[in-house]
Amino acid sequence: MSTGINTQEREMIPGSVLVVGAGALGSAALIALARAGVARIGIADFDNVELTNLGRQIIHRTCDVGRPKTVSAAEKVRGMSPDTEISLHGRMTPGNIVATVSQYDFVVDATDGFGNKFLVNDGCVLAGVPFVHGGVVRLGGQVMTCLPGKTPCLRCLLGEVPPEGECPTCSEAGILGAVPGMIGSAEALEAIKFLTGEGKLLAGRIMSFDCGAGTVRVTGTGERDPSCRICGESPEIKDLLENRRDYGS
Amino acid sequence: MVKINGEQKDVAGLSVKEYLVGANYSLFRVAVELNGEILKKNEFESVVFKDGDVAEIVNFVGGG
Repeated sequence: MSTGINTQEREMIPGSVLVVGAGALGSAALIALARAGVARIGIADFDNVELTNLGRQIIHRTCDVGRPKTVSAAEKVRGMSPDTEISLHGRMTPGNIVATVSQYDFVVDATDGFGNKFLVNDGCVLAGVPFVHGGVVRLGGQVMTCLPGKTPCLRCLLGEVPPEGECPTCSEAGILGAVPGMIGSAEALEAIKFLTGEGKLLAGRIMSFDCGAGTVRVTGTGERDPSCRICGESPEIKDLLENRRDYGS
Repeated sequence: MVKINGEQKDVAGLSVKEYLVGANYSLFRVAVELNGEILKKNEFESVVFKDGDVAEIVNFVGGG
């Protein structure tokens, strides 16, 4: 089986990855997954490409402005990896996320905003689908893989969704386009490592990038939080629709 | 002295919460590993840094 490590001969990587968000992180992740030859890639987004996206959302081009991000991204993935099967999905909601992520082996969270990140977290934990969390803003960000039921999830570490205003999004706070390039690629790497069994996942570890200072730190997370509302011993969240306020839905 | 994210800081005697607030961290989106263990959020106020402690603070950001 292919390890994803490129040699003269290209082999496909069996397995499927859903990338939720075809923005800054999703652009970098999709390019890396396509180039590695992942057999099936899903792309979920609901926005159209805007001119102001182009400095950081590197899969889209000027001529894509006004087109759905899913369609624009799929076209580039097809161009880079013609044998990859591509599925497109719309907005992920508390009502559809569990069924959608269940169609994939691994999920890349490339969403913008903590409400969306907790939706991906909670959906993947309920579905039992491994995923990588990623976040980015200005000159830094972080990556952590979660193996549901085995390693801590975002909720184990942060508890509740941080309130709006506490956490600017990329469009609010700005970002240097090369930064999500690094972090989105690191997320894709986690997906490839998971599918191929190569290397050691960032499960139970957070990799934090401070690209301004030029530092990368890896912090251990320890065990899951037994009182976590989604993956603890007596999880309180069983239906995402009932919990939809958390996600801003 | 307390080693925080690789740097020695003169903060022994301060609670974790006091340090985080003073250093302008948002308590809502921070994870703190102290001597190899992740602290629960409700421990930020009661746990006090001691000389020789080693802490890692991860400031989660939510853009994408």
